[in-house]
Amino acid sequence: MSIEHLVLRVVIKILFAPILLFALYVQFHGDYGAGGGFQAGVIFAVAFILHALIMGLDETKRVLPAAALKAMMVVGFLFYAGTGAATMLLGGNLLGYDAIAPNSDHNEGQHYGILLVEFGVGMAVASTMLMIFYQFAGREPEIRDEDW
Amino acid sequence: MTQFLAQLPVLPIIIPLIAAPLTMLLPARALKGRIPCLFATLVSWIAFAASAAILHSVATAGPISYHMGDFAPPIGIEYRIDLANALVLTLVSGVAALAFPFSYASIRAEIDDHQLSMFYAMALIAMVGLLGVVITGDAFNVFVFVEISSLSTYALVALGARRDRRALTASFNYLVMGTIGATFFVIGLGLLYQATGTLNMADLKIQLAGRDNPMVEAGFAFILVGMGLKAAMFPMHLWMPNAYAHAPSAVAVFLAATSTKVAVYVIIRFTYTVIGADFDFAGAAFEYLIAPLAVMGMFFASIVAIFQDNLKRMLAYSSVGQIGYMLLGISFGTEQGLAASLVHLFNHGLMKGALFMAAAAVAFRVGSETCDGFRGLARRMPWTAAAFIIAALSLVGVPGTIGFISKWQLLSAAFDSGRAWAGFLIVASSLLSVIYMGRVVELMTLAPAPDASAAVREAPLSMLVPMAILVAANIYFGLSTELTVDLAERAATSLMGAAR
Repeated sequence: MSIEHLVLRVVIKILFAPILLFALYVQFHGDYGAGGGFQAGVIFAVAFILHALIMGLDETKRVLPAAALKAMMVVGFLFYAGTGAATMLLGGNLLGYDAIAPNSDHNEGQHYGILLVEFGVGMAVASTMLMIFYQFAGREPEIRDEDW
Repeated sequence: MTQFLAQLPVLPIIIPLIAAPLTMLLPARALKGRIPCLFATLVSWIAFAASAAILHSVATAGPISYHMGDFAPPIGIEYRIDLANALVLTLVSGVAALAFPFSYASIRAEIDDHQLSMFYAMALIAMVGLLGVVITGDAFNVFVFVEISSLSTYALVALGARRDRRALTASFNYLVMGTIGATFFVIGLGLLYQATGTLNMADLKIQLAGRDNPMVEAGFAFILVGMGLKAAMFPMHLWMPNAYAHAPSAVAVFLAATSTKVAVYVIIRFTYTVIGADFDFAGAAFEYLIAPLAVMGMFFASIVAIFQDNLKRMLAYSSVGQIGYMLLGISFGTEQGLAASLVHLFNHGLMKGALFMAAAAVAFRVGSETCDGFRGLARRMPWTAAAFIIAALSLVGVPGTIGFISKWQLLSAAFDSGRAWAGFLIVASSLLSVIYMGRVVELMTLAPAPDASAAVREAPLSMLVPMAILVAANIYFGLSTELTVDLAERAATSLMGAAR
C-alpha cells in the first residue's frame, strides 16, 4: 500500500504536540507582563493549519469543527471582557485588575488579571486564525447563485 | 449605587461589547429569527438608557472622567465626557435603539436567515465602535474605535449582496476609501504623538501649546482630511451614495443617522480640544478651505440629488449637502456657529433616520427603491407617506420642525459673525432641497398609484412604531429646544473655553 506524503505525515504527527506545547510556553511565559497571547494563539493555530495542509481540511475539521471554533472565538473574547467586567463588580474600574486581589502588597491582582486576559486573547486569536484559514481553504472555486 | 454610578461612563461600551459575541451564538432560525433581534434590541435600549443617564449627569454635574484599568491619565486611557460627547452619544444610541426593532422585518426579507445572528452581532459592534469614538478622551482610542465600527460596517454593507450584487463593489469602495481615511487619521495622530509624546486629548492640548510648527500643522491636516473622508465631506463623498443605496435598508437607516455625524464630531473634538485656538492655521484651514468646500458640497450634492432616481442615493447626496451645513457652521469660528453645527448634527441624525426608515418601509412593501415606487404612496401606505412628508418638511426647514431650528441657528450664527453671504447661500441651498424632496412628495400625493396597488399594504407595526417615534422627535425638538439648543450652546461654550 502507498500513502501520499508519508514522510510529511509522520513528521507532522511528531511535531504537532511540541508546537502546541511551545504555544502554551509563549502563552504563560513572563506572566507579569502584558502581551504574548496573540503570538501564542497564532502558534497554536499553526499546528492545526499544518495538520490541514498535510492531512486535508476535512480531517482537521473532524478534529476541530467550525462550529467549535465559533464558540471558542466567543468564549475567548468573553474571558477578556468578562475579566474586565468582573473587576467592575469587585469595586474597581473596567480592567482594574488590582480589585481581584485588593489586599496584596505587590499587585497580585495584575498578575491574575493579565493571566486571564491573555488566556482569552490566545483562545480568540487561535480560533479566529483557524476560522480565517477554514474559510479561505474551504472556499468553493465558483460561488453558486443560491449561496447568496 | 455609587459604585454603579461610578461605572456608568463605561456601560454603553462594555455591555454591547460583551453582548455582541453572545449574539453570534444565538439561534438564527428558531422563532422566525426573533431571538437575536430581540436580544440586540434589549442591549441597545440598555445602552441608550446608560447614555441618557450620562447626558443627565453631565448636564447637571459637569464633565465625567473615567480611568480605564485604574491607570491615571495621561498614561492610562481616559474616557472623558462633556456635553458635546454626551449629546452625540445619546443621538447614536437613541437611533440604534429605534433602528434595531425597526430592522427585524426588513432585514429578514433582505438577507439569509442563517446570517441573522451574525448580522445583529456586527450591528452591535458597529454601534459600540461609534459610541466608543464619541466617549473616549484618548486620541489613539478614537482610531481603534473608528476601525471597529468601520470594519463591521463594511461587512454590513456587503450583506446587501443578496438583493443586489453591486453591494459588493459598493462595500469594497467604502473599504478602500474608509481605510485611506483611517490611515490619514492615524498618520496625523502619529505626527502629533511625535511632537508631544502623549495621546491623551487633554494632555495633547497642554503639550501642544505654543508649538506652532510644520509637523503639528501636517498632523492636523492629516486628521482633518482623514475624518473628512469618513464624514463624506465634499469632494470626498463618492463612497457614500453607493454604500447607503446598496446596503440592507435597515443598515442604511443606522449609518445615515449616525456614522458621518460621529466623524464630524471627531473633527470638532480635535479642532477645539486638541489643537485649540492657539493655532492660526486651524482657523485658516476652516476659513479658506473647509468653508468653500462646505458651500460647494451644499450646492453640488443638492443639485445631484435632484437628478437621482434611486431614493436612497438621493437621500445620501442630500446628506453630503447637510454635512456641508455642519462644516460651514464650524468654519465661522464662533461659539454660535459651533452650537448651530452641533444642533444640526443632532437634528440631521433624527431627520435622516426617519427618511431612511420610510424608504426602507417602501422597499419592504413595494419592493422598489426608485422614485417610481413612491407613486401614489399616500393612498397605499398612508402612515409611511405621512412620516416621509413630515421628515421631508423637517429637512427643508419648515417652522415647527427640527430642520427649522438648526437652519435658524445657522442663519443667525452666519449673520452675527458678519457672514451675510453664508446666510444667503444656506437659504439658497435649502431651496434646492425643496426641489428634490418636493419631487418625491408630489409623486406620493398627486401621482396615481400603479395598477398593482391592491397588493401593497401598510408597513408592519414593528416598522411603523420606531418611525413614528423618530418623526415625533422631529416635531418635539422643533417645538421644545431646551434639550438640543441649550445643551449645544453650553457644549459649544465649554469647547470654546477648552480651546483657549
